[in-house]
Amino acid sequence: MGYLLKGHKPMRNLIRLATLIIILACLCSLPAIGQETGAEVPDKPAAAGEPGDAEEAGPEALEDADIVIGMEPAGEEEASAVEVPLPSQVTVGDLPNDDGTAVYLTWDAFPQETSDVTYTVYLAESRDGPWFEAVSFPANEEYMEEYGHYFPGFFWFQKARHPKSRHVVIVEDVRIGEFNRTGEEIMLPEPVGFTIEPNVGPKNEDGEPIEPGVIDELTGEEVVSQKFVEVEPRKVGTMFLKLTSTVNGETATYPEILEVGARQNWFDTGRLNVLIFAVLFGATVLYFIARARRDPDLFIRKISGLDAVDEAIGRATEMGKPILYLNGMSSLADLPTLAALNILGRVARRVANYESKLTVPCRDPIVLTVAQEIVKAGYADAGRPDAYNADDIFFLTEDQFSYAAAVCGIMMRDKPAANFFMGYYYAESLILAETGASTGAIQIAGTDAPTQLPFFVTTCDYTLIGEELYAASAYLSREPLVLGSLKGQDMAKVFMMFMIVVGTLLMTFGVNFVKDLFKALG
Amino acid sequence: MQFLRKQFPVMLAFVMGMTMFIREFVPAKFSERLYYGFTNWAIVITGFAAVFAILSLLHHHMNKVRRRAQGYGYSVITILAFIQMIILGLVFSVEPRTPAGWEYQWMFVPMQATMFATLAFFIASAAFRAFRARTWEALALLIAGLIVMIGRVPIGEYISTHLGTFADWIMNNPNMAGFRGIVLGVALAQVAIAVRIIFGIERTYMGGGD
Repeated sequence: MGYLLKGHKPMRNLIRLATLIIILACLCSLPAIGQETGAEVPDKPAAAGEPGDAEEAGPEALEDADIVIGMEPAGEEEASAVEVPLPSQVTVGDLPNDDGTAVYLTWDAFPQETSDVTYTVYLAESRDGPWFEAVSFPANEEYMEEYGHYFPGFFWFQKARHPKSRHVVIVEDVRIGEFNRTGEEIMLPEPVGFTIEPNVGPKNEDGEPIEPGVIDELTGEEVVSQKFVEVEPRKVGTMFLKLTSTVNGETATYPEILEVGARQNWFDTGRLNVLIFAVLFGATVLYFIARARRDPDLFIRKISGLDAVDEAIGRATEMGKPILYLNGMSSLADLPTLAALNILGRVARRVANYESKLTVPCRDPIVLTVAQEIVKAGYADAGRPDAYNADDIFFLTEDQFSYAAAVCGIMMRDKPAANFFMGYYYAESLILAETGASTGAIQIAGTDAPTQLPFFVTTCDYTLIGEELYAASAYLSREPLVLGSLKGQDMAKVFMMFMIVVGTLLMTFGVNFVKDLFKALG
Repeated sequence: MQFLRKQFPVMLAFVMGMTMFIREFVPAKFSERLYYGFTNWAIVITGFAAVFAILSLLHHHMNKVRRRAQGYGYSVITILAFIQMIILGLVFSVEPRTPAGWEYQWMFVPMQATMFATLAFFIASAAFRAFRARTWEALALLIAGLIVMIGRVPIGEYISTHLGTFADWIMNNPNMAGFRGIVLGVALAQVAIAVRIIFGIERTYMGGGD
């Protein structure tokens, strides 16, 4: 914490910013407070055959998108005839902030509901059926309170609209019993995409499809089929829903067939706060980078682990032994690997200057090709392109423990004088670091995997903890532009600390909006 | 050529970075297809890179054998194992009850398990080193570690019923506070490095430095 706080007065601006946010948040929360104190969502009676009105109204306001069937609770005569509670104030609508495959259905909960009553929702493509059971659950479950995150409306201030007095179910436009293009029955629709598990051919006693004739050597049982097929997504259109309630085998059906269209959305309003904070943070980083162009004299606190890089390389040179550098276990798509490769570039330049040998065993094929380019460029930048040997940066294996075994073998045979463990690690971290420690090498680790940090701290001479891994490249390069981004990062941390203190105080006094301010609802 | 090596990758990083950032806020099907499309590209690229990786592996070990470098016998075994596995896989397939499947099941999997099992011994030796109470910080670590370890095993309950509760308190409060502090710092640092890469300020990953 606090790389670059010298010579500036950020607190005044931060206090102003936080005060502005608190005032805005209080203003925005006023309607929600009003609803908590009894303001009701207005009913908008509409004919069941007019779903288009709800679709055009937009997903932002839940009540605007609903089609409300103006149904009163069952009268005494009707209730005694069927002896089961009939759902009332039933509304349907397009599920906001989704990919257009789901709708929702809500209705009033009866006081003191128990699991004796079962609600079932049926789904059909046309008013005449055929009907498929979409969802069924006991009456004391599935309240809107639990599903508030599906209906964020505008930001986080809509939570008060979702009381426990109403039921809600999400109905997706994929159903059990449907057949795909190849004639296979859909059994388990995935929540995203349209990859499904076929259920044809022979099955075992648990109903799982099996590969006939193929026996698992360990269990001695026939191998369960793992074949997946992709199904052409159905064109989402109008869906028809029926709602029933059942008690002791007696069923009451809500008299209206509910018609609704599912529509895909192009902006997830539940993540608006994430977008705002991301843009603000990005802009802060860019601002301080631009400022660093004008004022390149930036202070950066000392990071012992990075100061030891030169010491480790120098020691290896004196001893005439190689330097071992690992990029972690994750792929190039992960930021810890990119951070590790950035450090590799700096280390390679220094190794080239010292004319030492750098060994980089890689786990990922793409990381291998990038690491080769980086080391090659590092040697060229140092004016020693002839010293680069592509064979020193090589692929081992993608398997976790095979990789650990191979690296341990290299450590035991070559006895490198310095080991660098940068990037993301899993359970193999201790095997690697402890083996390295047993060879007497100077060890520098850097990871943002909190579960592996204790192992590195225990076994390595220096450990870059969390964010220090990402600051390392800037620290080693001392380039003002990169250092500027660290300053922006520090400003964001000061802001977060301030909000933690403010949020703790506000929550102590019962004001909870700060907690939701930082929660992604989408 | 200079454009392809320097400017073009930066432009590509900017376009792809911004696209994936915006995609995070778009729930429509298009967004999902875009994501899976890019993921498929990555799989294809990995397929090509795997060829280079295998060549790199063979080249490295053949070089060691040729130079009779220290431990070159292991390289001979690696090359032979690689070749025989390819031949067995191509001839008999890699299903269970085939020679390749047998080797996988009864040689590779037990060796993996063995490596994993060595972790227990490494944990013991690392704990011995960490728990030497040379400083006040190490003493605090030792005491906290002992409480958590004893509190999480049945004998802890026999010693004191409060031990488990205290171990949970250590894990859920001081430990969690430190954990979240690290995670918060990492998250902000990741955004900062993402901004640097997307806007072409950090280019070391491309090779060729700055």
